[in-house]
Amino acid sequence: MLQLVKEKDSYLSALRPFVESRSGKDPAWLERLREEAALSFEALDFPTTRHEEWKYTNIGPILKVQFRHALDQGGQRPVAQCLERVTFPESRHSQLVFIDGLYAPELSDRSGAPSGVVISNLAEVPAAHSDVVREHLAAYADYRGDVFTALNTAFLGDGAFVYIPHGKVVEAPIHLLFVSAARAASTISHPRTLVVAGRGAMATIIESYASLAEDIHFTNAVTEVVAGEGAVLDHYRLQEESESGFHIGTTQVSQERDSRYSSCAISVGAEIARHNLNVLLDDENTESVIDGLYVVAGRQHTDSHTSIDHAKPHSTSRQLYKGILDGRSRAVFSGKVFVREGALLTDAKQMNKNLLLSSEATVDTKPQLEIFADDVKCAHGATVGQLEEEEMFYLETRGLTPESARTLLTYGFAEDVISKIRVPSVRRQLDKLVLTKLHQSLEVR
Amino acid sequence: MLDTAMLQARHSLRYYHAGEGKVLEIRNLHATIDGKEILKGIDLTVKAGEIHAIMGPNGSGKSTLAKVLAGHPSYQVTEGEVIYQGKNLLELPPDERAREGVFLAFQYPIEIPGVSNANFLRMAYNEVRKHRGEEELDPLEFDDLIRERIKIVEMDTSFINRSVNEGFSGGEKKRNEILQMAVLEPKLAVLDETDSGLDIDALRIVAGGVNKLATPDNAIILVTHYQRLLNYITPDRVHVLFNGCIVKSGGKELALELEQKGYDWLKANQRVTA
Repeated sequence: MLQLVKEKDSYLSALRPFVESRSGKDPAWLERLREEAALSFEALDFPTTRHEEWKYTNIGPILKVQFRHALDQGGQRPVAQCLERVTFPESRHSQLVFIDGLYAPELSDRSGAPSGVVISNLAEVPAAHSDVVREHLAAYADYRGDVFTALNTAFLGDGAFVYIPHGKVVEAPIHLLFVSAARAASTISHPRTLVVAGRGAMATIIESYASLAEDIHFTNAVTEVVAGEGAVLDHYRLQEESESGFHIGTTQVSQERDSRYSSCAISVGAEIARHNLNVLLDDENTESVIDGLYVVAGRQHTDSHTSIDHAKPHSTSRQLYKGILDGRSRAVFSGKVFVREGALLTDAKQMNKNLLLSSEATVDTKPQLEIFADDVKCAHGATVGQLEEEEMFYLETRGLTPESARTLLTYGFAEDVISKIRVPSVRRQLDKLVLTKLHQSLEVR
Repeated sequence: MLDTAMLQARHSLRYYHAGEGKVLEIRNLHATIDGKEILKGIDLTVKAGEIHAIMGPNGSGKSTLAKVLAGHPSYQVTEGEVIYQGKNLLELPPDERAREGVFLAFQYPIEIPGVSNANFLRMAYNEVRKHRGEEELDPLEFDDLIRERIKIVEMDTSFINRSVNEGFSGGEKKRNEILQMAVLEPKLAVLDETDSGLDIDALRIVAGGVNKLATPDNAIILVTHYQRLLNYITPDRVHVLFNGCIVKSGGKELALELEQKGYDWLKANQRVTA
């Protein structure tokens, strides 16, 4: 226990210079919020594998590292050319870039935002919209009970804020890019995102996490999404950080009446990655499509924890998470679907499918349904399989080498998640990431 | 110039010695699966330009023979040899056999979700071309080729972009096998029960496709339980496989005889010899 306290001290000691750096820049309510979050971070323990929600993911290796918060001390910032690999042409004029957690205005371009739509650094939200921020920021993600969310909230400064007011349709996808540049050794960053879609608004959000170097770093991200009445939000989350990085992220979604939220969470990077996606269907006639794909190799560990909470009648959710594991990698899927008392006519389907390419890869999958209402339609399941000998043989009898056959079948396994991505360059990026990853694994073999 | 001519001469000489137009020569082939012997000494020679039919009751080893020729990993060859165009076929892994021109049309074609027919066929086709030292086709060039070849099996061009065999009817799957054969242009095609489960139109189309693809340079082995396919494709030789051995060979009239007599006489014969 003593060791845990010491580990937390190193995070807390970075807090003072951070708070000083923000002094006089933020409203009083935000200062209070940070203080409250810091206190709950102090009070909470880092989870161990004895915690049910962390049973299969050991964060010990993260806690061993002494991370440093990247205060804006100048230094060489990456130039736009370095980011070509991780940006999307569709979002050229609607992208916010953060380097090691700090807003990079020279790399961002908000010129494509339609009038009334706000795409802004959280720390610099125009006064006209500060009420929206105050109403929603930290109102959904649980900084009182979750140690990582508390830590993120205690360091609330720069971040991404997207506001699509009533009835606005934003056609170009909005890209929020969080880059780990590893300008200093063992950097920690606390990316924060707030997306608020007003009544009947429509938008596509791409939230991505990438690295420019192979150094150790820790990304502790929190995203809150509010889909107002009748809003339609497509949300892509792409985690492609370096394989020596650590990534812990929480996405907290709240859906109002008649809204439609679709999420595609991709995890291919980091040595240890954990993503919590919690969707609250808080009103009638809401729809959620929750897809995910994780591809891991070597000694990577990836953990997807999802919770879909049907609180009111007539809501629908469809979840498909697929995983490809090679080498000695390990993946965890835990998917909870709650159907609350009175949430009649809920229609929920959940599926997790895993493909193991190596006998040393492991997956722990735990689909769970908790139903407290009558007259509902729910189904869930999980599969763990390997490439079928007959499928391999079929492709080989057509002249494909065993390596090509394996790549093609593996790619085919992931295709139904990838093909649903509606932004062409995101889909292409993912094609590339998956194929590169498979090829890498092939060379290792 | 001289060098090329000499090389060609040497090449044809070697080809001649390799077997007077023989595409395939199977000698005393024994094969097992899970320790159980299925093929018990098959001898069969197939020459270029020939169509052979292998008939026999269920469980006689017909499909095993087809799979062993394609190199299925579940079967072990315990005795005998298979010479394909002068090469020891059994030494080659399945993908090399395919690149050398051996094609198996599956009795139960495999569905491959997420992989389009076009991408799959282009990859396969380009593997064969690379092997022959020919230039690979890009997607546009290949599109022209597949649109031409798909006419042979009278399939709608929408099949090109669908996932391989996924959601295809039985007949569509079999036609897709023949489409693959049309694209890959094998030297030796083994068609395993390609007529099973077909309706009369599909049977006509599949058989018509095979007839169009039969050339004086290639050889085709039809594995079939029923004679009906042979109403459309005329075989040069018919062999009856029973209990892992070829018990009778003859011309096309043998198929008609089998159709009339069924396979029971084989079992009766065996009891007599036993």
